[in-house]
Amino acid sequence: MTKQDIIKPENLVYQKPKLLNDTPMHYCPGCSHGVVHKLIAEVIEEMGMEEKTIGVSPVGCGVFAYKYIDIDWEEAAHGRAPALATAIKRLWPNRLVFTYQGDGDLACIGTGETIHALNRGENITIIFINNAIYGMTGGQMAPTTLLGMKTATCPYGRDPQLHGYPLKMTELAAQLEGTCFVTRQSVHSVSAIKKAKKAIRKAFENSMAGKGSNLIEIVSTCNSGWKQSPEKANKWMEENMFPFYPIGDLKDI
Amino acid sequence: MAKFKGATVVDTERCKGCNLCVVACPLDVLALTTKSVNQKGYPFAQQVLEDTCNGCASCATVCPDGCITVYRTKEE
Repeated sequence: MTKQDIIKPENLVYQKPKLLNDTPMHYCPGCSHGVVHKLIAEVIEEMGMEEKTIGVSPVGCGVFAYKYIDIDWEEAAHGRAPALATAIKRLWPNRLVFTYQGDGDLACIGTGETIHALNRGENITIIFINNAIYGMTGGQMAPTTLLGMKTATCPYGRDPQLHGYPLKMTELAAQLEGTCFVTRQSVHSVSAIKKAKKAIRKAFENSMAGKGSNLIEIVSTCNSGWKQSPEKANKWMEENMFPFYPIGDLKDI
Repeated sequence: MAKFKGATVVDTERCKGCNLCVVACPLDVLALTTKSVNQKGYPFAQQVLEDTCNGCASCATVCPDGCITVYRTKEE
């Protein structure tokens, strides 16, 4: 049996989701953003919500998310995505509304919006990409940067006396009354990707069922910012990020 | 026992040569090109072992750019 005999439409096992269009993504090779985009597109397709989904894109590397997934999008001011999503969901309760934010957007400039939107129990989903660095602007220290981790603005490593401690947004969100599903996932391996997809599906279903707000943190790599190959970045993440940001559900009602 | 035969098709112009699919493949079916690059200048992934692939789609699942399409059939 040759390769040409196998390549037939009836034998198809996996292809790029249809919602993910052919625009080449601007992300660096091996960036976790691409995988998460793919998962979101797959989940929306599986739920049949292509025409009823509104995403809110952040400021940061994920800013061009609206170019890659063919659903309705709005672009929020820096950190204000949960506030905008609140307005959209309240005006259009039958729409699936989610925000897609990085750690600089969500955990730094947008902390207030994020905490209050989650605490109010808005029926939205926040997808939080935590790569512990400011990727887009050139690898500066983020609120989630690990202690001792070297970045452009802390070249000798993050020092708690000078820079404070890394912020665990997901643990904070789990304490809030308004949240119904708070989880931390990753996309470094096939099994982790499948679990992350299930979590996204669950969060989207919760938000449509009006159960409250959902936060999915995805511990990600930024191989350019960390100055490693994509493969090594995944290993570095497993060794250094996971002990501080443990994977798993923190709250599930 | 029926054996699965798979085939992968890589969108070579979309591929950025991140190597994650090569690492994810349990059967070492894929490899990056060493002598050719695509229009953007990236080495790209290609299927180097024709008969070994069983169509598990691990490569396509981890691909951040969705470049890989996987087909699978049962061998008679």
